[in-house]
Amino acid sequence: MSKQFLFDGRPVPFEDGQTILQAARAAGHYIPHLCWHPDFPPHGSCKLCIVKVGGRHVSSCAMPAKEGMEVESNTPEINGERRALLQMLFVEGNHFCPSCEKSGNCQLQALAYDLEMVGERFAHFFPDRPVDASHPDVLLDFNRCIFCELCVRASRDVDGKQVFALTERGIHKYLVVNAESGRLGDTDFAASDRAADICPVGVILHKRVGFARPIGSRTYDIQPIHEVDMKERT
Amino acid sequence: MRSHEISSSQIADVVNRHHRLPDRLLQILIELQEPSGWLPPATLTALADALGVSRAHVEGVAGFYSFLHTEPVGRYRLLFSDNIIEHQLGSRELMAALCSKLWVEPHKPSEDGLVSVSTTSCIGMGDQGPAMLANGRPVLRLSHQRINQIAELVRQQVPVSEWPEAFFHVDNNIHRRDAMLQLDLAPGAALQAALALGRAEWMRQMQLSNLRGRGGAGFTTAVKWMACADAPGADKVVVCNADEGEPGTFKDRVLLTTLADAVFEGMTLAAWAVGARQGLLYLRGEYRYLRPTLEAVLARRRSAGLLGRQILGKAGFDFDIEIHLGAGAYVCGEETALLESLEGKRGTPRIRPPFPVTRGYLGRPTVVNNVETLAKTCLIALEGGAAFAATGTAQSTGTKLLSISGDCARPGIYEYPFGVAIERVLEDCGASDTQAVQVGGAAGIMLASYEFHRRIAFEDVPTAGAFMVFDSSRDLFEVARNFVAFFAHESCGFCTPCRVGTSLLLKAMNKLADGHGAKTDLADIEWIDRLLKNASHCGLGSAAPNPVMDTLLKFRPAYERRLRSLDFAPAFNLDDALAAARRASGRDDAAAHFSADHAPR
Ligand SMILES: Cc1cc2nc3c(=O)[nH]c(=O)nc-3n(C[C@H](O)[C@H](O)[C@H](O)COP(=O)(O)O)c2cc1C
Ligand code: SF4
Ligand code: SF4
Ligand code: FES
Repeated sequence: MSKQFLFDGRPVPFEDGQTILQAARAAGHYIPHLCWHPDFPPHGSCKLCIVKVGGRHVSSCAMPAKEGMEVESNTPEINGERRALLQMLFVEGNHFCPSCEKSGNCQLQALAYDLEMVGERFAHFFPDRPVDASHPDVLLDFNRCIFCELCVRASRDVDGKQVFALTERGIHKYLVVNAESGRLGDTDFAASDRAADICPVGVILHKRVGFARPIGSRTYDIQPIHEVDMKERT
Repeated sequence: MRSHEISSSQIADVVNRHHRLPDRLLQILIELQEPSGWLPPATLTALADALGVSRAHVEGVAGFYSFLHTEPVGRYRLLFSDNIIEHQLGSRELMAALCSKLWVEPHKPSEDGLVSVSTTSCIGMGDQGPAMLANGRPVLRLSHQRINQIAELVRQQVPVSEWPEAFFHVDNNIHRRDAMLQLDLAPGAALQAALALGRAEWMRQMQLSNLRGRGGAGFTTAVKWMACADAPGADKVVVCNADEGEPGTFKDRVLLTTLADAVFEGMTLAAWAVGARQGLLYLRGEYRYLRPTLEAVLARRRSAGLLGRQILGKAGFDFDIEIHLGAGAYVCGEETALLESLEGKRGTPRIRPPFPVTRGYLGRPTVVNNVETLAKTCLIALEGGAAFAATGTAQSTGTKLLSISGDCARPGIYEYPFGVAIERVLEDCGASDTQAVQVGGAAGIMLASYEFHRRIAFEDVPTAGAFMVFDSSRDLFEVARNFVAFFAHESCGFCTPCRVGTSLLLKAMNKLADGHGAKTDLADIEWIDRLLKNASHCGLGSAAPNPVMDTLLKFRPAYERRLRSLDFAPAFNLDDALAAARRASGRDDAAAHFSADHAPR
């Protein structure tokens, strides 16, 4: 008999070392996530994956599964909190979805639809974040960064380059690239890097392909993220 | 402009002194900044090359810490401690006076690059404030007279090292002593006793003592030590957490000043218990002035055979201690952020598990303990666990040092057995007409007068040591707002709820303070509080709403009397929106403001 825990009342088997999110996914249960990616170790920053275990909130992407745990995930309470976290991410940056190239392929936007986020509730920060168009093949629009550090991790751990890092802290935190000029064009970044295709939102964008597929017929326009995500799982 | 060059040979010197180790990055940055006060872009580039790490990484680390500057600052950097107690003693008026005397705007270097005047989070001098850091050195007991003198010294360009000694005199202000502060430790005596017991029996005495951590969380020290002792891996580490960043706390400063031997001996006792060879003391940047004396104590202990190889002649007992400096980041007191910082990185709290006892500093099993916790282990070694457990309460054994500040006759350090009632403490420190006490600092709990019978103990009112007294003249909304500003400033920014939530909370509190609040803002505040509490990655975010939740619960009228109307909520503040235009036009007169009376209703 393999070990198991209860996920929203249903038994989920797991192996030692698996996190709640991994085991739940393997069993066909979707948990929202933004900073977690199947190819990378958990990061634990976005908190979209929060679940309740024995009355306590934990990050399911990082918390090892344990025998007999009772996990609550798809409940009005947790989804309400997830929605509020999305609202926080929206007001923190500058997200004008109708004019964003990533619209329809953006996980933040897709999750907002999925979790029925209708308004942004909180006051906007309207940060001043200039765009970096210095690279011949890739554009950086920092306005949409959610600080998931997937680009940081992909560049460091897969591409072996360390093109990206975060600096400052708190609400003033921002993404920098590996050049004294601060320009992506002065780094060794290449459009073929893993980091070029990892951003869940619309910061790292390939030039000249922007609207190849029209808005309205893109990934999450056709199918909700909780289905797409489960289909892609390996 | 002055020349800011830091030569490549200077960089090479510092880097070589740190054995070209990338995990020394923070210590290297602190040293490189020393001569000119900031780190020019070319320095970061050259340093990255010298260490073989990416420049982006170096920039990321330099940008994280408040005391590292990647933009020019004044040659005199005067930072007022932003603690609420010091506000109440007039620190903001003093800062305004200094700015006007020096013709500078706050938070901006003067145009000639001579001076910058700004604020910094509590510097651990709440019992002798208002205080500031002048180029990193604490200047105490600020008064208008002292501010005039400082303005003159700056204008005359007298180096800070030549300012009057009296400015820098730090008092210990010990008003009540118990076992810890009465200790007159002959260096090595506690260690001798524990070595005589043998490792297993020493651990047993620690268990008997039931000592719990004095850094806040109250985890049982023996359990932590045993987990580390049992963890696989030979190169174990003992870390002393001397980051003491909680606003209103200063007892670790006094322990490091008066009982440094006991602190280092406690670290050595921990090393003996768990089998560690390396010790690190993480000293907050604000306490940097203590470093020379601490280094001298370490040197003396080395020559006395209390550190180094074969301590007290015991074969195989090798242990030494090194001091690392922090650089202005409260979150680095959180033990996993502290480890990241010790490894030279941004102070971002790690995912737990794994816990430091199994994977800590550089992945090695690590014990992290507070200064006071470690000093107390000397008492256990000298008198035995049972004797230690005889004071205090069953669940909270021994004594606790309180850092008392605020509205009382005798602020300072008071040591009590655990279990002491709040009212007794208030009486002893000469507090009268007390409206509220904030126990445990900004992250702690606010007690109203009907709770003053409660006791200081892990099972009742737990505390890392701060005890801030507010009399009936104080506005507790402003106290909460100050704490929220502190958390927003100190959030590391790693996780969504705290990075965004603390700033949203501050916005909401500011809106109320400006008289633009409505009832729905209170609902928003409560909703943000809940997200912070539930979803934050570390204790900073989950404690950030405490002051607001407590004051809303116990002192709600302080909020409600600020509401402009009970249901109308202007989401967009017209007057704020004009701020940029006012700055651009250099105007701040009444006509340049959108008065609330004209606002649409
Ligand atoms: C935001 C934050 C700041 C902290 N700051 C300190 C500190 O300055 N000093 C300290 O000893 N513990 C601090 N702690 C607690 C430490 O994480 C840790 O629990 C403690 O150092 C363990 O030592 P102890 O068991 O001896 O108390 C802090 C915790 C958090 C969440
Ligand atoms: S640029 Fe994209 S991948 Fe990188 S941290 Fe920001 S949101 Fe994440
Ligand atoms: S709670 Fe705050 S301080 Fe802690 S990890 Fe999250 S952002 Fe950083
Ligand atoms: S997916 Fe778990 S915290 Fe981001």
